[in-house]
Amino acid sequence: MTELSDVTSAEIAAELVRARTRAGSPVMGMVLTLVVVTDEDGAEAAMDAARAASREHPARLLGVVLGDGRGRGHVDAHVRTGTGGSGEVALIRLRGEVVRHASSVVLPLLLPDAPVAVWWPADAPADPAADPLGALGQRRITDAAAATRRRTTVLRTQCGAYSPGDTDLAWTRLTRWRALLAASLDLHPGRVRSARVGAEAHSPSADLLAAWLELRLKITVERVTTSGPGITETSLTLADGEVRITRPGGGLATLSSPGRPDQSVALPRRELPDLLGEELRRLDEDEVYAALARRVGSRRRRT
Amino acid sequence: MSRSGVGGNPLRDERDRRLPRIAGPCGLVLFGVTGDLATKKIMPAIYDLASRGLLPPGFSLVGFARRDWDDQDFSRIVHDAVREHARTEFREEVWAQLSDGLRFVSGEFSDDQAFARLRRTIEELDERRGTGGNHVFYLSIPPRYFGDVVGQLKANGLAEDSGSAWRRLVVEKPFGHDLASARELNEVLEGVFPAEAVFRIDHYLGKETVQNILTTRFANEMFEPIWNSRYVDHVQITMAEDGGIGGRAGYYDGIGAARDVIQNHLLQLLALVAMEEPTSFSAESLRVEKQKVLESVSLPRRLDLAAARGQYAAGWAGGEKVAGFLEEDGVRKTSTTESYAALRLDVDTRRWAGVPFYLRTGKRLGRRVTEVAVTFKRAPHLPFGPHATEELTHNALVIRVQPDEGMTLRFGSKVPGTALEIRDVTMDFAYGSSFAEASPEAYERLILDVLLGEPPLFPRQREVELSWQILDPLIAHWADRGRPEQYPSGGWGPAGADALLQRDGRAWRRP
Repeated sequence: MTELSDVTSAEIAAELVRARTRAGSPVMGMVLTLVVVTDEDGAEAAMDAARAASREHPARLLGVVLGDGRGRGHVDAHVRTGTGGSGEVALIRLRGEVVRHASSVVLPLLLPDAPVAVWWPADAPADPAADPLGALGQRRITDAAAATRRRTTVLRTQCGAYSPGDTDLAWTRLTRWRALLAASLDLHPGRVRSARVGAEAHSPSADLLAAWLELRLKITVERVTTSGPGITETSLTLADGEVRITRPGGGLATLSSPGRPDQSVALPRRELPDLLGEELRRLDEDEVYAALARRVGSRRRRT
Repeated sequence: MSRSGVGGNPLRDERDRRLPRIAGPCGLVLFGVTGDLATKKIMPAIYDLASRGLLPPGFSLVGFARRDWDDQDFSRIVHDAVREHARTEFREEVWAQLSDGLRFVSGEFSDDQAFARLRRTIEELDERRGTGGNHVFYLSIPPRYFGDVVGQLKANGLAEDSGSAWRRLVVEKPFGHDLASARELNEVLEGVFPAEAVFRIDHYLGKETVQNILTTRFANEMFEPIWNSRYVDHVQITMAEDGGIGGRAGYYDGIGAARDVIQNHLLQLLALVAMEEPTSFSAESLRVEKQKVLESVSLPRRLDLAAARGQYAAGWAGGEKVAGFLEEDGVRKTSTTESYAALRLDVDTRRWAGVPFYLRTGKRLGRRVTEVAVTFKRAPHLPFGPHATEELTHNALVIRVQPDEGMTLRFGSKVPGTALEIRDVTMDFAYGSSFAEASPEAYERLILDVLLGEPPLFPRQREVELSWQILDPLIAHWADRGRPEQYPSGGWGPAGADALLQRDGRAWRRP
């Protein structure tokens, strides 16, 4: 672990190579660069999650802490090679005018040829693809549920600015729900007449789930507010009854469907490394999310 | 398939690659619940599948064994196995989903009443858990009991598909000990279950690196053009174990390395390395190509010159004093079973004519490693001085199957500081030591494929028979040639194996 104070990208890059050689193996098995854009308070937790995710996808992790933009530009870096094969980590703290030119620091540190993903663990720019750091990535990962500002509109704003490669962890959190709903409809073919999604009041995931069902089933989905946590219920009404998944406690869910016994199924709320791991598995455009984002983004504010 | 729903399900979309394939409603009946395989591999894999959300809700696991247990006892066994060996974190809600569906049926494999109880248990599960009559019977038991079990399944009406409900059978190697016994075994299995419902597990084929052999070859442009006799000198396929036979003497003595490893794992690896490009990655296309290449494999005529075998002698291995093969508990002092086998095979096709495939496997070798080394010819002309290339050997592409999954490329490079001195260097691709930890176990993939009914990774009977056809003459040859050579524990096998390659002007790679 090395602390570098008041340095340039070239010095950070040289230290990454030195650290790799010191660790005994100059081999680079990393498959992508993950840029984590965060503030000081969230930095540690975000880097921990990114490190855990890089166990599945060996990555060069570049944490970028955007500090106070006033005064002379100043770049500090904290460099280490990951243990357990998880690649290299540099946490780079910017303050002063260089904060507005963060991409000039990051660009020289990207791995050659390898894909780049940019992740904002909390607040993201309104238009991630137009952001100078965001523009470096083919994958831009936001998290509408973790936003601290403009919470109620952030998902819609982001969707409105959708560019290929954008994705939101609120969508990733739905994969298990969606898989279970799709598997249930495999067993119960037939038109879905109506649907309902129950979740806590602020739940971008629930908004996306409702929008997905509306898009796929061509019906209007009722959104019900419950006390949570997260999504607590989804039901699809068919000609011969109701397929219903209820998850009151955020862990074990019950699946009820016509003509079948109730079944319990584990539907845990997933942790950040797991979500990031899923995001990094595919780095091309998620076309299903694209269609959804266009729909959510063009919608006017609900009254 | 259209964008507006796959198979009539509007929630499915072929572009939606996040959605995993969850198996339809079903259950699994496990015969032999106390074995190592059941507790270390099968039960943890089932938990890991549940934890990844890939098992259908209502999935049920029925244990069948001679023990005098009830459902709770079985549940404890599964719980402990999962706690100790599962790859994913233990979570109460995942366990809750699984444990509701655990049942135990106690009885002998010949006991009619026990199988009647099994039938009632399955019917109860269909009704209360919604398993829909779809069941997998997993025989994690010695093959001598297969006949009894499938006979009982048939007698109790458990073996037939009815309507849309399916029944599948899973067996582990060994698939016989020669061609005749493999056919016999198959008659027992396929006499009751249709061929496409019998899944033979060769867990090697479930490994990510083995699947990656085909991707490396057929998804890239740079390997396939040189993947032939014009550029390849020979291929070495190695599966080495550092351990001895441990407690497996009862099984191993009389079977030996060739039957235990070469017949299945190494010949399957050979097939994947040597086969032509399949027209698609469907089970049928892969099977056709693997079959073709196995049909063109031949043993050299002089078996005494084309094969070597050995038994490990007492000695020191990895800093530990170890017993020799003949001193192991349960091994006959006069045993002629080999713990090491090596042989040369030829693939009689245009692509591989004149390129020998050397296969070797053994116990108590230098370290545990499985790899495929494709060794290339030397450049036809070297425009350097006579001494510049003394340290340059053959270029090689090594696919490491386990451990440290990855690939190594060996090629010549200039030694810095010298006028012109060329030496071998290696370029290494590692999946990453920790990538391996996060990637699914072979058994997860294979069990899921059985539940989904997708057979590309399972060898079919014809492949099993072809493998025996290749090996049978060699095993017969060894049978009346006295005792295998002794080799030092902890080394790289008997002198005879080195001589085997020396005769061809080659040498084994040190893996």
